[in-house]
Amino acid sequence: MKPLSTLKEGDRGIIVAINNNGTLRRRLLEMGFLKGTEIYVEKYAPLQDPMELILKGYHVSLRVEEAKQVLVELVSEET
Amino acid sequence: MAFPTITIALAGNPNSGKTTIFNNLTGARQKVGNWPGVTVEKKEGMVTFKGHQIKVVDLPGTYSLTAYSVEERVARDFILNNHPDVVVDILDASNLERNLYLATQLIEMGVNLILVLNMADVARSRGIDIDGQLLSQLLGVPVVFTVGKLNEGTQDLLEKVIEVAHQKKDKEKTIYVTYGKEIEEELGKISEEIVKAKPKLGSHYTRWLSVKLLENDPLAVREVKSWGKSGREVLDVTQKSREHLEEIYHEDPEILITEQRYGFIQGACREVIKTSTQKKIDISQKIDLVLTNRLFGFPIFIFFIWAMFQLTFTLGEYPMNWIDSLMSMIQTVVSNLLPAGLLKDLIVNGILAGVGSVIIFLPNILILFFCIALLEDTGYMARAAFLMDRIMHWIGLHGKSFIPMLIGFGCNVPAIMATRTLESERDRILTILINPLMSCSARLPVYVLIAGTFFAGKAGSVIFSIYLLGIVLAILTAQLFSKTILKGMSMPFVMELPPYRVPTLKSLMIHMWDRGVVFLKKMGGVILIGSVIIWALGTFPKNPDINKKYSQARKQIEAQYTEKIAGAKTPEEQAKIKAELEQALQVLNIKINQERMSKTYLGRIGKVVEPVLKPLGFDWRIGIALLSGFVAKEVVVSTMGVIYSGGEGEKAAEKSLQKALKAEQFNPAKAYAFMAFVLIYTPCLATVAAIRREIGTKWMIFNVVYSLTLAWVISWAIYHGGKLLA
Repeated sequence: MKPLSTLKEGDRGIIVAINNNGTLRRRLLEMGFLKGTEIYVEKYAPLQDPMELILKGYHVSLRVEEAKQVLVELVSEET
Repeated sequence: MAFPTITIALAGNPNSGKTTIFNNLTGARQKVGNWPGVTVEKKEGMVTFKGHQIKVVDLPGTYSLTAYSVEERVARDFILNNHPDVVVDILDASNLERNLYLATQLIEMGVNLILVLNMADVARSRGIDIDGQLLSQLLGVPVVFTVGKLNEGTQDLLEKVIEVAHQKKDKEKTIYVTYGKEIEEELGKISEEIVKAKPKLGSHYTRWLSVKLLENDPLAVREVKSWGKSGREVLDVTQKSREHLEEIYHEDPEILITEQRYGFIQGACREVIKTSTQKKIDISQKIDLVLTNRLFGFPIFIFFIWAMFQLTFTLGEYPMNWIDSLMSMIQTVVSNLLPAGLLKDLIVNGILAGVGSVIIFLPNILILFFCIALLEDTGYMARAAFLMDRIMHWIGLHGKSFIPMLIGFGCNVPAIMATRTLESERDRILTILINPLMSCSARLPVYVLIAGTFFAGKAGSVIFSIYLLGIVLAILTAQLFSKTILKGMSMPFVMELPPYRVPTLKSLMIHMWDRGVVFLKKMGGVILIGSVIIWALGTFPKNPDINKKYSQARKQIEAQYTEKIAGAKTPEEQAKIKAELEQALQVLNIKINQERMSKTYLGRIGKVVEPVLKPLGFDWRIGIALLSGFVAKEVVVSTMGVIYSGGEGEKAAEKSLQKALKAEQFNPAKAYAFMAFVLIYTPCLATVAAIRREIGTKWMIFNVVYSLTLAWVISWAIYHGGKLLA
């Protein structure tokens, strides 16, 4: 289990928990960041922040500091 | 046979193609305004279909119907308070799961719902096959397929709207999202209390309210609180239920409920979606590999912005010239038709001159807004925010703040209104406060005039540097404010990156036209009144003696030259002397005009502010030009026209303003300081009004004082720095 922000481009993970109790968590939940959801790291922005993720078939971007609060289980490394 | 008007509300996620569907339904018959009390844009349109009048209300795009953003609150309040006959939820068929989340909330609200699976073609091309009939059965809601950009399915949707509007909803048949045994038990308890307190709410609303209370929704809690004692009992029960659930699951009830909703959706999706062999040719992803590329992302971004400005200002030049000729033609015709006097002066030099100097920039504004619409509709705007967030965040802003900033280059008024997409009030205040530093198109005429006159040949680069100056000052201001008066955390970023799309011309045109109309209305109203006021201040009190005073001098000059002409030997020499005469007369005319101006109300006000502007190298004439710019910054140009080329005398009017200005002792440093001042100082009336409407009088006053101070300091530095260099 590790923070989503430690994943590299092309890595895949499964969401385990969100370590936040505020607005961020609520927004993430609405957008489908649920336990057990698979998440794919598409890329990091040119300045290494924010990062682009794919989940549930759509693209979403998250700041690295926010992604730190999403804990994931690494499924597969970049191929 | 007349039917009563049917009201339908369009709901849906951002990027679901809702606007396209709205445009397809209503065509150009749209009314754009604001939702009462807030400045979220409200669009309405009418459509007549099979004898039915249908009023279409476009709700703000939202992912959910909680109460945490203004958009969500607006959408929710409209549905709850205005009871539209039908709610049409537009879903992106290629992204069904997340889009259905909003649908479950609408189902729960017990509205007459129609689900529109939009972009059905995209879904199919991605190998996603949706069984609409089965989805309709599972959710108990009719389903219609559309392809917004091809205007497919609009007729089906209208048929369905009429059908649903006329049928009595079978409440028993409605399918709820069920939340599992434990949660349902608690919902039952809360509902029971609600029924005790308010027996007449109806089963749907009661259930919806129970769910919202269990989610600890602030608006629902406030409503129940307003019931008094019985409401408090409901809240007590809710509190117990929440604690009970937390004890069992070690999770907040709102998270449990969200998970259950998604669970319900996933179940439905598994049944209705057939994913054929993954056609993994995602063009959008490929485009993105280039456009947000580590190396090329920023250069491409800068290129797009540069191209946008080039297009606006080089392509815009042609229609500008046409309008210019047309306006001077009208002025000539009116001049010839009207007898000399105050009325003619008012119409030609007040109204026509004022309107003309503004209408000429309409092509620029239309092109700019077309480009902005293009960036928005293609999906590039979100990428711009993605690229820029690191920088914007460093300034203390959100990546999304970049979009209002960009629109600020067109006009600060819609830009300030666009800050509504920012969730946190802090981000909004900051974005609004620095927005006027984004040089709006109304300031451009001033730069074009000044840079064109004093920096001929490199006017483009000089104007670009003024825009850059604004950006740099905005960054510094934002950093200053976010570390002092607005210290605090930014809101979560979480932003969807929609697939790239080919925009429809219709949507671009509508978007461009909407903004153009706003500009024209502003011109027709504020600027026209402003021009007339400035004309009046610059005309009264009348000073008829001034011409008498100088008539002697005029005669002397004329006599002097008549002698010379008579003494000329060759026709060439004669012509040369004649030109000299004209020159001398013009110098005299300008002198007369300026003396006359200095005696008017405007001149007197200018003299009062002169001591403050003196250190910047500005005199009273620039002072009155700047004063008139409070009305709207483009008025600076028309005022300068009146001051420098003079209102009276056909010859002086014919002289272009540029020539008149060149005769003045403007040096480059002073010219540049003047442009900087126009860039920074107090935004126009409309912008000030927009700021007040958004964040209140206190911030508005703060903004006015801050921008005046900053303008003075920067212009002083430029003027004196320039003098040192020269």
